[in-house]
Amino acid sequence: MAAVAREAPEGMITMVEPADKPFLSVDGLAVQFPTEDGLVQAVDGVSFSLEKGKTLAIVGESGSGKSVTAQAIMGLLDRRLAQVSGEVWVGGDELLGMRPAQVQALRGARMAMIFQDPMSSLHPFYRIGDQIVEAIQAHRKVAASDARAEVLQMLKRVGIPAAERRIDAYPHQLSGGMRQRVMIAMALINSPELLIADEPTTALDVTVQAQILELIADLQAEFGTTVIIITHDLGIVADVADTVAVMYGARIVELASTKVLYGQPEMPYTLGLLASIPRMDKDPGERLEPIPGNPPSPIHLPKGCVFEPRCRYSNLTHGLSETVRPDLLPTGAGPGHLVRCHLPPEERRRIAADVISQMRTVAVEQ
Amino acid sequence: MSSSNGEIVRVDDLHTYFPVRSRGLLPRVIGHVRAVDGIDLTINPGETLGLVGESGSGKTTAARSVLMLLKPTSGTIEIEGRDITRLSSRQLMPIRRMTSMIFQDPYNALNPRHTVGGIISAPFQIQKVKPEGGVKHAVQELMERVGLNPEHYNRYPSEFSGGQRQRIGIARAVALRPRLIVCDEPVSALDVSIQAQILNLLRDLQREFHIAYLFVAHDLAVVRQISHRVSVMYLGHIVESAPRDKLYSMPLHPYTRSLLSAVPVPDPEQQRKRTRIVLQGDLPSPINPPPGCVFHTRCWLYERLGRPENCTTEVPQLRPFGKDHIAACHYAEESLKTDVGIDYVARPGRAAADDGPSLGAPADASSNQGAAPAS
Repeated sequence: MAAVAREAPEGMITMVEPADKPFLSVDGLAVQFPTEDGLVQAVDGVSFSLEKGKTLAIVGESGSGKSVTAQAIMGLLDRRLAQVSGEVWVGGDELLGMRPAQVQALRGARMAMIFQDPMSSLHPFYRIGDQIVEAIQAHRKVAASDARAEVLQMLKRVGIPAAERRIDAYPHQLSGGMRQRVMIAMALINSPELLIADEPTTALDVTVQAQILELIADLQAEFGTTVIIITHDLGIVADVADTVAVMYGARIVELASTKVLYGQPEMPYTLGLLASIPRMDKDPGERLEPIPGNPPSPIHLPKGCVFEPRCRYSNLTHGLSETVRPDLLPTGAGPGHLVRCHLPPEERRRIAADVISQMRTVAVEQ
Repeated sequence: MSSSNGEIVRVDDLHTYFPVRSRGLLPRVIGHVRAVDGIDLTINPGETLGLVGESGSGKTTAARSVLMLLKPTSGTIEIEGRDITRLSSRQLMPIRRMTSMIFQDPYNALNPRHTVGGIISAPFQIQKVKPEGGVKHAVQELMERVGLNPEHYNRYPSEFSGGQRQRIGIARAVALRPRLIVCDEPVSALDVSIQAQILNLLRDLQREFHIAYLFVAHDLAVVRQISHRVSVMYLGHIVESAPRDKLYSMPLHPYTRSLLSAVPVPDPEQQRKRTRIVLQGDLPSPINPPPGCVFHTRCWLYERLGRPENCTTEVPQLRPFGKDHIAACHYAEESLKTDVGIDYVARPGRAAADDGPSLGAPADASSNQGAAPAS
């Protein structure tokens, strides 16, 4: 099909499939967990789309709903405990309406996930090589010896030294960075089209983090994988993402290209994050500018704007932010830049320009 | 030896080894994990010394040894001029009153069965200190000071969020107005918006009570924010120490440079222009550290300089470079000719440094470190 399309004369529509539909699209995703204390609204109306081969970063604090969003996309939520609604389209298939067995067939083959803790995907009793062989054979009919050869090649590809020996190692015999590589090897062994990385480097040292991020980027370039990376580290986002979704209180509060998010952010929460982190590329002032207060409880989300109780500028909305949930609307400043905020656009931009100009660049006294 | 110059802490040639025993009926000591292998450090009153390094570098062992929570194998630790390494636990009591610790994990550092009031008043009870106005009053004042509601005196740790629990830990640590607090990764378990609150609180308390901090962390941006001076550890050794701004703008040791280059800066345009030194492999075993310079097995500068022999045979000593700046590298001067790791720093005349084949601009930052020959 793709070949036909390429040879067709320009302007002629030959594609039967909707070619302009992005590879991944999430529409109105909502996840609720009924608990003894009340209904936990973990994810509320999350929508975004992502082109093939691109990287989306989901940024947010604990409890913001970023990990649950990923688990919902992967079909990893127990539907007896979680009420999931909305649509998730991956390469033309809607996943939330599928039977669990169908999703399971896709998971590990067309889409894969890596986690913060590699031991959550590695079984401590089995040799790592055997575990990855199993991942191959669960989805493809491959002879054991061929599968093993494939595993060896992948272990080398992810940078495991002495892979011939390590293929027979148990997880506990490897360092944290090595285990993370093994998990990545296992996730990528069936060349998934979609890779979701949930805080893949949070438990690692910066030097190992650099290795792992580079590895994911190399593999992405090689296989054209679409990547969603979930992180709280704005440095990592700046490094790898094409698009950024900032989540707060179960919702996306700002969605933008990476360049726009760092250059012209508009949501006060995004600004708060950028201003509160200690950063090496700016002069360390005496004090940081923290966001006051604590993240909201997902059981008792504020009635209006979820960020209102911590927002320095909510008094400029004439009480709107206390009572009305703002929608995620285009800012008009750039394509695909959406923000969930009651502040008038010109007010938001003035505030953002102010905050950003206060961050000074480091200069060396010579 | 009492050569104290008014420092709170003076550590000399500290070694902390852990014996490795053979298995079997009659275990023998077959080697040592050299977690801390001969470090010196001093901390002045009201000053923060940041201690950075990867996991396994020995920074936590060093910090715990300073408070005698781990018994050092050799070396001296003077607190206000008095060597504490030979004191009995009874003799250590008055020292413990001057020192305290803040832990990484606010969930595990607080006893879940004790109320907040009980936790924060424990130092008063243990040290038999009777504050003016009574213990409860003092505790509530502390709670107020660290940003907790004093009415929550009778609540349990589980009723608090991570950031608030860390405030409880901080209130306990400052209860007796110590002169030194060892902070072991105090903000790394916290959300970013809470990190800033806690860092500011630590800074304010330092000002108010003139506390010295030994601040152990792996996050270089956090350490830069809070420290006056910074020491970098690798495999049990301090490889570089300097005043904060010097370390971050003019680092000398290739390991410091590697660390700095690995920290992504939150600015996409800058970050994507940076060159990253990716250290190959893992930290060598501290049971059997490499000969010569412990870092040479992973050193990009060693590779670029064509593997000079003395890196593998001679242990580099910490050498002075200007005021208060020391580094243990035979070729520290060569580091200065590059901008590896510090290319995020806006430098006057930076453009001029970019022309000509400099050591600091490998064409490809990926895995071919060392492949670019020094020209």
